[in-house]
Amino acid sequence: MEQQKLTAKQRFAIPRQVMQAQDPAIRVLNFTEVNLGYTPEQAQREAMRCIQCKDPVCIQGCPVNIKIDQFIKMIADGNFLDAAKKIKEDNVLPAICGRVCPQEDQCEKACILTKKYGSVAIGNLERFAADYERESGNIELPVVKAPTGKKIAVIGSGPAGLSCANDLVQLGYDVTIFEALHEVGGVLMYGIPEFRLPKEIVQFEIDGLKKLGVKFVTNAVVGRSVTVDELLQDEHFDAVFIGVGAGLPWFMGIPGENLLGVYSANEFLTRVNLMKSYNFPENDTPVFDCKGKNVAVFGGGNTAMDAVRTAKRLGAKNASIVYRRSEAEMPARVEEVHHARAEGVEFLMLMNPLEFIGNEQQWLTGAKCLRMELGEPDDSGRRRPVPIKDSEFILPIDMAVISIGNGSNPLIKQTTPDIEVSKRDTIVVDLNTMATSKENVYAGGDIVTGGATVILAMGAGRTAAAAIHEKLMGGSAN
Amino acid sequence: MYQIVSAQFLAENIKKIEIEAPRIAKKRKAGQFVMIRVNATGERIPLTIAGSDPEKGTITLIVQGMGKSTRELNLKDAGDTINDVVGPLGTPSHIENFGTAVSIGGGVGTAIAYPTAVALKEAGNNVITINGARSKDLVILEKEMAAVSDEAYITTDDGSYGFHGFVTQKLQELIDSGKKIDFVLAIGPIPMMRAVAEVTRPYNIKTVVSLNPVMVDGTGMCGGCRVTVNNETKFACVDGPEFDAHQVDFKNLMDRNKLYLPEEKHSADAFAHKCHLHQQA
Ligand SMILES: Cc1cc2nc3c(=O)[nH]c(=O)nc-3n(C[C@H](O)[C@H](O)[C@H](O)COP(=O)(O)OP(=O)(O)OC[C@H]3O[C@@H](n4cnc5c(N)ncnc54)[C@H](O)[C@@H]3O)c2cc1C
Ligand SMILES: Cc1cc2nc3c(=O)[nH]c(=O)nc-3n(C[C@H](O)[C@H](O)[C@H](O)COP(=O)(O)OP(=O)(O)OC[C@H]3O[C@@H](n4cnc5c(N)ncnc54)[C@H](O)[C@@H]3O)c2cc1C
Ligand code: SF4
Ligand code: SF4
Ligand code: FES
Repeated sequence: MEQQKLTAKQRFAIPRQVMQAQDPAIRVLNFTEVNLGYTPEQAQREAMRCIQCKDPVCIQGCPVNIKIDQFIKMIADGNFLDAAKKIKEDNVLPAICGRVCPQEDQCEKACILTKKYGSVAIGNLERFAADYERESGNIELPVVKAPTGKKIAVIGSGPAGLSCANDLVQLGYDVTIFEALHEVGGVLMYGIPEFRLPKEIVQFEIDGLKKLGVKFVTNAVVGRSVTVDELLQDEHFDAVFIGVGAGLPWFMGIPGENLLGVYSANEFLTRVNLMKSYNFPENDTPVFDCKGKNVAVFGGGNTAMDAVRTAKRLGAKNASIVYRRSEAEMPARVEEVHHARAEGVEFLMLMNPLEFIGNEQQWLTGAKCLRMELGEPDDSGRRRPVPIKDSEFILPIDMAVISIGNGSNPLIKQTTPDIEVSKRDTIVVDLNTMATSKENVYAGGDIVTGGATVILAMGAGRTAAAAIHEKLMGGSAN
Repeated sequence: MYQIVSAQFLAENIKKIEIEAPRIAKKRKAGQFVMIRVNATGERIPLTIAGSDPEKGTITLIVQGMGKSTRELNLKDAGDTINDVVGPLGTPSHIENFGTAVSIGGGVGTAIAYPTAVALKEAGNNVITINGARSKDLVILEKEMAAVSDEAYITTDDGSYGFHGFVTQKLQELIDSGKKIDFVLAIGPIPMMRAVAEVTRPYNIKTVVSLNPVMVDGTGMCGGCRVTVNNETKFACVDGPEFDAHQVDFKNLMDRNKLYLPEEKHSADAFAHKCHLHQQA
């Protein structure tokens, strides 16, 4: 199976390699990872599908421009550790991005093979290389440059903060991450469930940063425990990076939203993932008892898929997605939608809730919904859902999870008024440097973009790290 | 890990615990709270900061054993540690010189009202305190409250000490006596706070209550602590916990606090059983 010897025709004849997954009937009974990864043989076979384009357009599709053609060639040649290193030149969290990136909208969408043969499975290959390296135990710690004598505070330990800290510590900075919760990792820990992203993998990356010398201060809510100004003035940090995410759940503002059994996705997922309430009573935090119940999740993004699949695993009799547009418009990763469907999740499309209804004791019993149809395209180019007259009906449910997105947490804005924010309360930055309106304060990730993706948050963290280095040391990150 | 410096019972089941937490001790203001997690499998629970010593770097909590987490905490003594303490959280009490301010505490609510009563006194108010308990041996902070009060009253439901009756009866008595009251702070069980709100409503006396919904993160991220105030949804951990008593939907709060009753009972029973076995051994 040597790469060079294959003709293009032979390459096109190789089918896209399907990653093994746990059987749906079994996986709905556990929280362990659904996808099982490629075998080395599968990975090599998949890598051989890549025709090594002269102009690898896939790279433009990746927000951090991983040298995709190069790392895939290394996998095809069996040089798995080299492939992992090559990826890490541009992406510090490949085991995570390989699992959660919306590849079909990014690198794989751009791949030249997509239309005719199906794209090269770039995400799966990235995951394979990163897992291979981690499991081999052959990880070389990057070289840390001589100390610069400068101190950086990173606020928030999600992908934006972690990647910013990673670059800066390697450039010789003394980096401290301040995290509000008792655990680090941000959404990677408390939002995305174990069955999609094992926490062990996130922990591994965090341990790696600790080895490089990054300090973590948990239970520190910036804006309450300490302010940005205090970090700069009293604690003598030379620069601050804000990566606090989009952490304010939106509700729909319809009647009945405070009934018992109505949750935000953040609360539901935090209880289950961070507080491990699936393990109640060994872990003290309870969560709604889904067993035998009807659960509906309102929304169509990744968070909604995670919530509905979590409810299924907690024993829900019926778990459905209620979405006001059609399936084509759902922003969730396609793979998660497929997985959810295989697990028996129902998809109730073109349906909009008007009101939640409860019993005497104020427990939720149903949602009054309206059916919709697709009308003219709106500003975003998606066809706008319009209500169908007299189509109201009551969907009987015991639990509702609202997953329609997040706004920005107000704590930093309130305590640091000289950081400019937009009308939506996101922090305004210069996108070339991620610099805010306040001297020596940078920001990136969901707090700047609103709810987006892991890879974009990571990219923002790295851009900021490079800009901080240039500002403080006049140096270039390379 | 956070070190417990001292701990002693103030009344049956109510313990005063001093914890090393220098950052919080320096920053905290009246009306703010911390979230704590007793151990690695524990729940995150909110507790008001009853006092602090910035020099020593400690904060004081006063905890009533209700269910598993609070009873587990109350088993701790000086030298023991707590896994997590985060704060100070919540919006500090709005303090100004109102004129005559009445601070009303019911049960462990007295401990929650105490720091705000101190701040009201420091701001120059004429401070009246009314502290209610079911009976004499459940009265807490009597000396401390008296020290910050121009007038201090104790009420007990059974008449075993002080005024025989509810805090609301004492409050009504004060109003009826013609005393001009400019501000009322009421903290305690929900039915008590609701009753105080009804007493002051006809007189238009500005009244503030501290709400106690179930919280998870305490930073505004989960929305679990939402309460209805003036027909709007608010997150008690960031917008509160103090709100205008005349605008609070107490019924919704009371209903929502029943969300985990079966689970709470299960945990508490299992914990009591474990303690019992422990004592027998
Ligand atoms: C359930 C769910 C599923 C998702 N699935 C995907 C997916 O499949 N693919 C994908 O690409 N993206 C996904 N996303 C989106 C992605 O997770 C986010 O875009 C990304 O995590 C943003 O990173 P961040 O570093 O900006 O913030 P976050 O990951 O939100 O981290 C912010 C951190 O800052 C902390 N913090 C907040 N305020 C303060 C403060 N005042 N002081 C100190 N610390 C603070 C928070 O506790 C948190 O740990 C998902 C999101 C959710 C919620
Ligand atoms: C802002 C605030 C300040 C508080 N200050 C104090 C204080 O200074 N001293 C004190 O003794 N108590 C205080 N409480 C109440 C204290 O948090 C609860 O008694 C405690 O959480 C009960 O936990 P448990 O496991 O012992 O009991 P459980 O058996 O779990 O619950 C008993 C009752 O406590 C409430 N409760 C349970 N879990 C939570 C939670 N995670 N968050 C909030 N309430 C919960 C519910 O109403 C429940 O019915 C405060 C509550 C709030 C919201
Ligand atoms: S980081 Fe994401 S977008 Fe970039 S190559 Fe990997 S999977 Fe594709
Ligand atoms: S576009 Fe597709 S085929 Fe071409 S180099 Fe990239 S992955 Fe390979
Ligand atoms: S406790 Fe989560 S938002 Fe208030």
